[in-house]
Amino acid sequence: MKHPMIRAFINPLIGENPITLQVLGICSALAVTKTLATALIMSAAVICVLTLANGSISLIRNHMPKNVRLIIQITIISSLVIVADQMLKAYAYGMSKQLSVFVGLIVTNCIILGRAESFAMKNPVRLSVMDGLGNGLGYAWILVVVGSVREVLGTGKLLGATVLRTSADGGWFEPAALMLLPPSAFFIIGLLIWIIRSLKPAQAESEEFHAQLSIEGEDKR
Amino acid sequence: MTEYLNLFLKAAFVENLALSFFLGMCMFLAVSKRIETALGLGLAVLAVQTVTVPVNNLIHGFLLKDGALSWAGLGDLDLGFLSLISFIGVIAAMVQIVEMVLERYLPALHQGLGIYLPLVTVNCAILGGSLFMVERHYGFAESVVYGVGSGFGWLVAILALAGVREKLKYSDIPRGLQGMGITFIIVGLISLGFLGLSGVHL
Repeated sequence: MKHPMIRAFINPLIGENPITLQVLGICSALAVTKTLATALIMSAAVICVLTLANGSISLIRNHMPKNVRLIIQITIISSLVIVADQMLKAYAYGMSKQLSVFVGLIVTNCIILGRAESFAMKNPVRLSVMDGLGNGLGYAWILVVVGSVREVLGTGKLLGATVLRTSADGGWFEPAALMLLPPSAFFIIGLLIWIIRSLKPAQAESEEFHAQLSIEGEDKR
Repeated sequence: MTEYLNLFLKAAFVENLALSFFLGMCMFLAVSKRIETALGLGLAVLAVQTVTVPVNNLIHGFLLKDGALSWAGLGDLDLGFLSLISFIGVIAAMVQIVEMVLERYLPALHQGLGIYLPLVTVNCAILGGSLFMVERHYGFAESVVYGVGSGFGWLVAILALAGVREKLKYSDIPRGLQGMGITFIIVGLISLGFLGLSGVHL
């Protein structure tokens, strides 16, 4: 039996990955992955906000009246996001322009509210911080994979350094313009989910099967 | 007039919030199994978006923008950093008001929307719409058109996906790809289709 702290950190990486299994926080995962650099900055922002939000919500979890907890959570999260947004604007202005509204949209990123509500409200501070860190990293590695694939296949470069020489520069690689367009992110995440679920069959959904059963039931009625 | 129609078409189709900016994806994927529920959620998003974007435009224009408080003699005050927190507050309040109005005057629709109406608060498409409105410096009239257009586009997108997914129940999909995996790929294909509309101008 692993230590609960380690488990809270390791589990969300692949086993309970927020993106591929829980399907949370998809919006930003898809939109900022055109290049690896934006994916990295976005991941860093989400990891910070998620860890701090989980920690601080867990800290005051026993003092929050149940009726207003969502408002308190949203307020804490949006204050943290404002800080992250202002930091980016101050120290990485170009990057913050590229990310445009998506830094602000961390407020409505379901991972953060979801973890606050389902984990931080019930667990002590240190455990919640580990959970936030784990979920943040689980989110980050998917972003990094999608971002790298899109940048390499779309432009032949990675973080600005040439990986595959494009035919325009006299190399052999023909850049796939599709990879720079939004839909490619969907295909890559769809295929990632396929890979993970084939490796871990326990994660595969049996939902479609249930759906068919219920339809048959309705027909009989 | 053409200008506004153009903005509407652009907001609804070319720059569809769901399919080219991926906003509101969590709900988009989670609530698109059946056409009726998708229609309900889509209408809720349309209603809230239509109200919140213009209201946030007024708040931004008269309270938060750099120099916006000059009518109160505070011309050199820039409260722009407060926009996130005030927008989300406005959205939560608006959702509540829309819910109360619907309950009073259109109880049938309120019944139909049920749980989806409160959930719209955390839909990124709503907050995203307001943030885009600020980023692109829309005026009040433009923000009304943008609110209606982007909400309508989201409705169309979720209806399209729900229609495809209803048909998909009868197909034979590889085990690991079932459910979310295939849904992602379908959304990718629909989004490719919408890309074909880019460059349409009146």
